[in-house]
Amino acid sequence: MSWRTLRRGIYPFFGTAIIVALWQAYTGIFAVSRIVLPSPAEIMLASLARYDLLLRETWPTFLESVCGFALAMLIGVPLAVCVANSRPLNLTLYPILVATQSVPKVAIAPIILVWFGLGIQSKLAIAFLVAFFPIVVDTATGLQSTPSGLIELARALRASPFQVFTKVQFPAALPFIFSGAKVAVTLAVIGAVIGEFVGSVSGLGNLLLSANSQLDTALAWAALVWLSILGIALFALVALAERLLMPWTRAGHG
Amino acid sequence: MEQAQADSSDQPEQTAGASGRFVDIHQEFLRPGQAPLAAINSISFELNAGTLVTLLGPSGCGKTTFLRIAAGLVRATSGIVQINGKDVTEPQPDFGIAFQQSNLMPWRTVLRNVLFPMEIRHENGRAALQRATELLALVGLQGFEGSYPVELSGGMQQRVALCRALIHRPKLLLMDEPFGALDELTRMEMQDLLLDMRAKTGATLLFVTHSISEAIYLSDVVVVFSRRPAVIADYIEVKLPYPRTPEMRYRVEFTELEHRAGRALGITR
Repeated sequence: MSWRTLRRGIYPFFGTAIIVALWQAYTGIFAVSRIVLPSPAEIMLASLARYDLLLRETWPTFLESVCGFALAMLIGVPLAVCVANSRPLNLTLYPILVATQSVPKVAIAPIILVWFGLGIQSKLAIAFLVAFFPIVVDTATGLQSTPSGLIELARALRASPFQVFTKVQFPAALPFIFSGAKVAVTLAVIGAVIGEFVGSVSGLGNLLLSANSQLDTALAWAALVWLSILGIALFALVALAERLLMPWTRAGHG
Repeated sequence: MEQAQADSSDQPEQTAGASGRFVDIHQEFLRPGQAPLAAINSISFELNAGTLVTLLGPSGCGKTTFLRIAAGLVRATSGIVQINGKDVTEPQPDFGIAFQQSNLMPWRTVLRNVLFPMEIRHENGRAALQRATELLALVGLQGFEGSYPVELSGGMQQRVALCRALIHRPKLLLMDEPFGALDELTRMEMQDLLLDMRAKTGATLLFVTHSISEAIYLSDVVVVFSRRPAVIADYIEVKLPYPRTPEMRYRVEFTELEHRAGRALGITR
């Protein structure tokens, strides 16, 4: 058991370690300019030396991603309930949803910036827009794929439509909702960075841009590393929530 | 209140089984662009209180449809379903049902799966909890209350489904090939368990199967359905005494009844 958990941690660690080692060797052997590609050691040094700056800039990006994601859940799940349970609403809303999804978010980011300004609101809005679609689609799919046997059972027990929804349809859709949420939360971080790229005064995306323009490539890479850590951490949080809220998925594999 | 009283008596389970009748049941399915499909063609029989009646027939003959009509899940094209003097047009509160798939909810523990019907009825109190625990003990699942369905074998899942079907003391229990997906040995075990539970509850049972020996072993009456459109091919009263024992399967009367059912199904001459 413990060996298995250990092994699950060891393999990804070795994979990363090999890449980092090759990278370090490459920059050393070929004397690559640190402006073009800083070595992992230099990135690490920059991360540590400027950790207060990085931490300060992580906060707005974190806030934008999390709030955008939370808003997408808050609006996306109820909307999916409507789409899944009402044929007219489905027919009305689905084309609009697909249309909004097919608009490149990078392209509308400047417009959103005009609407919401340089502050956190515009990034939150873009993060929301990016995170929204997978949540709606996965939740709606989950709500529509309730096992028919369970619906039949509930009918035979004379359950009200509300009971069918709360006690059968919704819990049966939970795995789908979580898989949508896991995709959405990483997308939300990307959305926040897109917003920061287009125009902002703070955040890791903003830091990355300004470090790049000052040819401080090591700091730009450090910002990139922190960004990916932020994405992984948020993903892990949703995965943890999934494990806590759906204990039955772990049962039987233990 | 009522439960508390019943729980203290020696036979807490006994309820009066439902009686009923089916008169001239017809069922047609409309198919787009084709002639309607006649599934059931005039079936009538009586359901006596406390008996176990099996619907036996080849697959696709309409016996499951008939059970769904009896359960009030489907309206027959024509005909009368009357249980305890009441026309059945929708599921009734004193019906219990079990399907071929156990239909347990993977997100609920065994205990909460059994309690599901009581939750739907808003009767999910202490008495219900106690009764669920007792039922689980009766089917040999004490200690599994907190387990999730994925942790159980197919046979154990069907035991849970049986407890769930019985939790609200139904007067009529409808079962659609509940042991169809189980292996032979588990199946025979479950048959004995079902007879045992029936003796304890006194509920009337309508049971669908395509196994001849299962039908004979379980039933007071076997209604043999013909191929589609289904009519009654034979109505077999099984006079073997209860409690049935596995040894009875080898008795001459038993094999003769199997032979008779086989003839009605057109399998044997």
